[in-house]
Amino acid sequence: MKRKTEVSELIFKIVAYFFLIIFAILCVYPLLFALSSMFSGFDAVRDNEIVLWPTGKLQIEAAKYVLSNASFWVSYSNTLFVTFIGTIWCLIYSILGAYALSKKRLMGRHGFNFFLVFTMWFAAGVVPQFLNYQATGRVMATIFAGSTNMGDIDLKWLIVLAMGMNATNIVLLRNSFEGVPSEIEEAARIDGATELQILMKVYIPMSRATIATVALFFGISRWNGYFWAYKVTGAAGQSYSWPVQVYMRDFIQINTSLTGEYNADTAEIAHLGQATSIAYAMVVFAMIPILVIYPFIQKYFAKGVNMGGVKE
Amino acid sequence: MFKLKCDDFLIRDEATGQYTMSAEQQVRDETERNKWKTTGFTILKDWRLYLMLVPMILVYVLWKYLPMYELTAAFRFGNYEIATERPWAGLYNFNEIFFGASALEFWRAFRNTFIIAFYGLLFGFPMPIILALFFNEVKSNITRSVIQVCVYLPKFISTVIVTSLTLALFSGNQNGGEDSKVGVISQLLGAISGSDVLHGALPGGLVYTTQYFRAIYIVTDIWEHAGYDSIVFFAAVIAVSPTSYEAAQIDGAGKMAQMRYVVIPSILSTVIIMLIMKIGGLLSVGYEKLYLLCPSATYGNYEVANVVSTWANGLTDPSTQAFGIAGEMTNNLIGMILVIGSNAIARKASDVSLY
Repeated sequence: MKRKTEVSELIFKIVAYFFLIIFAILCVYPLLFALSSMFSGFDAVRDNEIVLWPTGKLQIEAAKYVLSNASFWVSYSNTLFVTFIGTIWCLIYSILGAYALSKKRLMGRHGFNFFLVFTMWFAAGVVPQFLNYQATGRVMATIFAGSTNMGDIDLKWLIVLAMGMNATNIVLLRNSFEGVPSEIEEAARIDGATELQILMKVYIPMSRATIATVALFFGISRWNGYFWAYKVTGAAGQSYSWPVQVYMRDFIQINTSLTGEYNADTAEIAHLGQATSIAYAMVVFAMIPILVIYPFIQKYFAKGVNMGGVKE
Repeated sequence: MFKLKCDDFLIRDEATGQYTMSAEQQVRDETERNKWKTTGFTILKDWRLYLMLVPMILVYVLWKYLPMYELTAAFRFGNYEIATERPWAGLYNFNEIFFGASALEFWRAFRNTFIIAFYGLLFGFPMPIILALFFNEVKSNITRSVIQVCVYLPKFISTVIVTSLTLALFSGNQNGGEDSKVGVISQLLGAISGSDVLHGALPGGLVYTTQYFRAIYIVTDIWEHAGYDSIVFFAAVIAVSPTSYEAAQIDGAGKMAQMRYVVIPSILSTVIIMLIMKIGGLLSVGYEKLYLLCPSATYGNYEVANVVSTWANGLTDPSTQAFGIAGEMTNNLIGMILVIGSNAIARKASDVSLY
């Protein structure tokens, strides 16, 4: 009997290790593939000869091209701007709102919660959302540029203000604030702390793990956002406010055969393999900030992602 | 003798036999009558809390609820951009997409949405649970952390990068070199199946074929999300107390029996909650990724890849744009019914509910 238990346990353990290691390798493989392709010879890239290691005549021209490509870095700085300012803006209204919602004494608390959670159940859809962003752009142009053409304002600000909302993040923050013992708040109140001081000095330091996780979620969605930035800047014909994702996709579409729209006559770079290698270099550069920040915040995930309490 | 049950709020005057209201009840009535005043007072006293709510509510009204107002365009004729000046059309647009000229396109998009979502749930949902159960077997913290860092990573890669790498790995011989090969995974699949189709005859790559598109979409979706989604399940698995395992072992339970009778019942409530969440998001399949893999009707995979949101997004002719809005509204309303329904069923069946 005892022996039998050990055997089944051993088999299970072997299967588990095997499966996990294979899956982990598969998860990082495409990124290694991009890194190798960036340094591989142009002909090898064109002929799909890279499997894992850099192949062919190794080069760093692709990386050099990207480093000296001004429009890539303009789009890169746009993304940095949108990520920093956008994350801070989202965090400010989310933390303030979540703090108010976490208070039992708030009248109409259930109504406000429903107002928030309803957006998780029902969304207007792509076309109404796009109409809404266009209308926002027109209003912003009226206020700041005195025209009704949304191309007259810097659309980075529209992206920062109007995009990246996430009700789940606010619910996570609210749950975390609800977990702070009310005695601490009362003590602070007796000491004469105002509402804002209590939030800043008590609640925010005690919910650091959740705030870090939520900030990461906001930041990553900003860094990776493509569709709406593409739609809005495309509608206004404004390419100077492109985020890096939009620039990268545009480059890949014009210069490489990956998206199936390749036309040798309109491509900016003569050699297809060189263009593809440059595209991989852009992919690598665009991933670097995430890869740098990710290990530091990774430890908070298990603590921050407490989905058990989306309940109102 | 005669004693009223309600005599805590009524007092009988013995001399006249009249009843008068007790002082306590008068106070209670007064409080009740002035409730709005105290409410007002609480709101006044807590005005800072309400002020804190203002930015969030403003953002949500402007960019989540005003788009819902734009849905009224679904009930008007024609070009959406000047929807407010257009005459009301009643259910004309809905009639057109359900039974009329656009019915074929709409139902195809709706079917695609449903199929992609359903397969995604069927194959994608068990994966993080399996990962979590397997993580529990890795007793070394360092090994487990290394594996976890690897499997969480794809979640944070942008859709543009994921789709570009997908296109590259599943590509065909489209690069025009003398002895070009196909993408790495295309090569692998070709070697396994031994079919010539995958050995270069295919110019556009496997993503742009109707046969392989769904499988590729779902596999890459699992690649992106399974690792990260396992966090929640892993937290539930490690919460199972070691004594439960010991008790099961003493009773002679093998590994499978332990899984069946100890682990699965303990993580069931988490599984149900996650399932409700997945079903709730079922019909809002990732339009960003689908758009990037199939931007227009000229692509070979359009038949299977266009879902309701990308179909609506692609309707640029002024006369049909209202159809797109009506179609998306239908899709999202069904999605909402799904989340409320699955939540109610879960509450009835197992006392676990999300909302």
